[in-house]
Amino acid sequence: MSFYFAQLLTGLANASSLFLISCGLSIIFGVTRIVNFAHGSFYMIGAYVAYSTITTLDFGILGFWGGVIFASIVVGLVGLLVEVTILRRIYHAPELFQLVATFGLVLIIQDLTLAIWGPQDYLGPRAPGLDRAVRIFGEPIPEYDLALIVIGPLVLAAIWVLFHRTRWGVLVRAATQDREMIGALGVNQAWLFSAAFMLGAFLAGLGGALQVPRESVNLQMDLSVIGQAFVVVVIGGMGSVTGAFVAAVLISVLNAFAVLLFPQISLVLPFLVMAVVLIVRPYGLFGKPGSGHGPAAEPEQPMRLMSKGEAGLLAVFVALLALSPLFAANYTMVLLIDLLVATLFAVSLHFLMGVGGMVSFGHAAYFGLGAYAAALGVKFLGLGMIPAMILGPIAGGLGALLFGWFCVRLSGVYLAMLTLAAAQILWGVTFQWQEFTGGDDGILGVWPASWAKSNQAYFYVAFVLCLGGIWLLQRVAHSPFGYTLRGGRDSAIRAEAIGINLKRHQWMGFTLAGAVAGLAGVVFAFSKGSVFPDTLAISKSVDGLVMVLLGGIHSLAGPILGAGVFVLIEDWVTKLEFWRFIFGVIILVVVLAAPDGVAGGVSRLRGLFSRRTKDGEAAQ
Amino acid sequence: MNVLEVRGLSKSFGGIQAVSDVSFDLGEGEFLALIGPNGAGKTTCFNMLNGYLKPDRGSVKLGGRELIGVKPRRIWRMGVGRTFQITETFRSMTVLENVQMALISHHRETGNLFSRATRMHVDKAMSLLETISMADYANRACSELAYGDLKRLELAVALAHEPKLLLMDEPTAGMAPSERIALMALTAEIVARERLSVIFTEHDMDVVFAHSHRIIVLNRGELIAEGTGDEIRANPHVQEVYLGGGTVFENTGATADA
Repeated sequence: MSFYFAQLLTGLANASSLFLISCGLSIIFGVTRIVNFAHGSFYMIGAYVAYSTITTLDFGILGFWGGVIFASIVVGLVGLLVEVTILRRIYHAPELFQLVATFGLVLIIQDLTLAIWGPQDYLGPRAPGLDRAVRIFGEPIPEYDLALIVIGPLVLAAIWVLFHRTRWGVLVRAATQDREMIGALGVNQAWLFSAAFMLGAFLAGLGGALQVPRESVNLQMDLSVIGQAFVVVVIGGMGSVTGAFVAAVLISVLNAFAVLLFPQISLVLPFLVMAVVLIVRPYGLFGKPGSGHGPAAEPEQPMRLMSKGEAGLLAVFVALLALSPLFAANYTMVLLIDLLVATLFAVSLHFLMGVGGMVSFGHAAYFGLGAYAAALGVKFLGLGMIPAMILGPIAGGLGALLFGWFCVRLSGVYLAMLTLAAAQILWGVTFQWQEFTGGDDGILGVWPASWAKSNQAYFYVAFVLCLGGIWLLQRVAHSPFGYTLRGGRDSAIRAEAIGINLKRHQWMGFTLAGAVAGLAGVVFAFSKGSVFPDTLAISKSVDGLVMVLLGGIHSLAGPILGAGVFVLIEDWVTKLEFWRFIFGVIILVVVLAAPDGVAGGVSRLRGLFSRRTKDGEAAQ
Repeated sequence: MNVLEVRGLSKSFGGIQAVSDVSFDLGEGEFLALIGPNGAGKTTCFNMLNGYLKPDRGSVKLGGRELIGVKPRRIWRMGVGRTFQITETFRSMTVLENVQMALISHHRETGNLFSRATRMHVDKAMSLLETISMADYANRACSELAYGDLKRLELAVALAHEPKLLLMDEPTAGMAPSERIALMALTAEIVARERLSVIFTEHDMDVVFAHSHRIIVLNRGELIAEGTGDEIRANPHVQEVYLGGGTVFENTGATADA
């Protein structure tokens, strides 16, 4: 019995730190509607700054708590800086832009932290005065854990007072419900948003600083915590601080006991809980549907078929690509195969998001499923290349069929979060199921058939499969099915009112996109000869999002251009030191300067050009 | 024979009885207006007819078939078209494509993966646009249309599957007075030609008296009067309900051609 009580206390202590990280994220989302990927980075900065302050000052109890508060304030100021310089410019952009922009920040902060503190892990000092363990029912409980159990509810109470007893708090709550209305009432939104963002960052920094005595400070802290924080916020209901607390307790306590039964479950459990909660309560435990009217967006133009000139240009380009093995170097062939895979992946994601209106933060799941299905087919069934390749899209499609059924029940940011959860569950399974998937070591020896061994021969395999997949999805986008998806994206009510079962179409669209991503995964697996869990990790999904965004979401050609630009930049940048920083800056520049992507930029240029010529003609 | 038979329709939200025990019939080719002051239960009533709300009690029969518990999309398939109080169109498509989508859905072709959607049912869609005099707008982006044109487009979409019954929720809300008259005159003309039955809710009394064959008045969820325009005008109970609202029940001359 005493053992279980100790386990409960551990769970509650974990809940407190999880709550501290998540509540800031929830506040930021509630007010600004930004899904802040960089929140984990704020948490990491908090930990690093606190570590440095505490170890340099070394003033005992005062030095420790002073360091914690100092670190939180520093992070709050960093948050303010980020909000004022970057986020303020993209509040009216679609959520995808904001997500990708904050991911750019993640990359930048990672490399800045690396530059300042170096690559090594730091073990922080114990908290002075709280460095022993007390015995409760005979079990040793760290005093610091008990302190955390108290701090969590204290912070919750402080936020409650702030939100319910101050004018500022009332404005924040009102903005969470309907920020357009708040603006219409003459409240200075810019100031409100900055303050809310600063508070959220401060809380993330506090969470990070308080972790210093408990775990090592390292460069992986940001992404390892952000997944869990998302889950807590979604379960609690986005924008609800009380919800975040309840969800943090729920997950941490469940986790503390579940690991006794299944030690491997810790990576998967939060996401399972989230999936269950979202199906029962689509807006989380304490969440409410936001106001229907978002910021006014520029309408998308109707699709049109390619003109003769464009089709000719495309034909020349495809022909050049087909002939490239005759003149290109070996290294270029590898790059071109990467390019084909990336393009197919981006096109499948664009089909889901641009055509279907379902923003996925976890599309890599189906890419990875395809890659792993082929690799497992080779490893356990001894399949040849072609049969293994058939397995891939089937696995991707079946995975999407399963997860899609849950995902299409939701919409908007909740749908995106559930796709992220699905991808994280799959990632956790591949990572921990050592005997079957090889875990972190991956699966090696996934080589093409002997006739396709050379880079040139395999290029043609990739060429046929990827162009085939791209052609298929472009064709479907113009078909009644594609139009139905687009219609449902424009107005679900109208779709229902003309007899369309939208959910079923979305489900099938999700499955199709998953199957095509699986195909891309297969081509990828055989081109590399191996698969690793990072084929279905968050960063792979974000790669896809960046490609779609680079290209511009409003155009079918967008993902193709985007993938091309992405692969070329990646190939160039990853050779440099601090490439994450450079890549992050590039992402931010694109988001801030060309919000409609490369394709949008091209069409704007064309618009400018044709207007010029018209003006010129008129002048003559 | 009656197209629609509504019996004992009731709905409460929490403690508020929004609609209580409303019954009426709709004959073939009839143009029926559902009126009442704000909060009378018109929209609630309407949403129960088209499947968006499930009543607590009551039945709605379309040609003898029960509509209660049937999903909106199935009700559409049973031959009921509808327009919205605030227009709902596919903004990223052209005017023509919006009509084509309704036709594609009607022919159950939404699962087709390979045909070009823009080449399907073009003639039929164009002829529908001609009935609402919008053929010239066919290739315009929907997002560029004026509000009144969107309302007309919704009418064409609602007529695409040749419905027996048309439900129009405040068809002229948000339109300029001259547009209102034109839209309703157009609707009346189509209804007469196609032998459609229509139920519409409306606040503009000029529109109501000008075009409806019969009027039903709701107040606080209850049906308080039913009859022709003249009968409703003369009804003291209705006058009492509307008196505070300042609505004038005089024959203004706009009612000539009902």
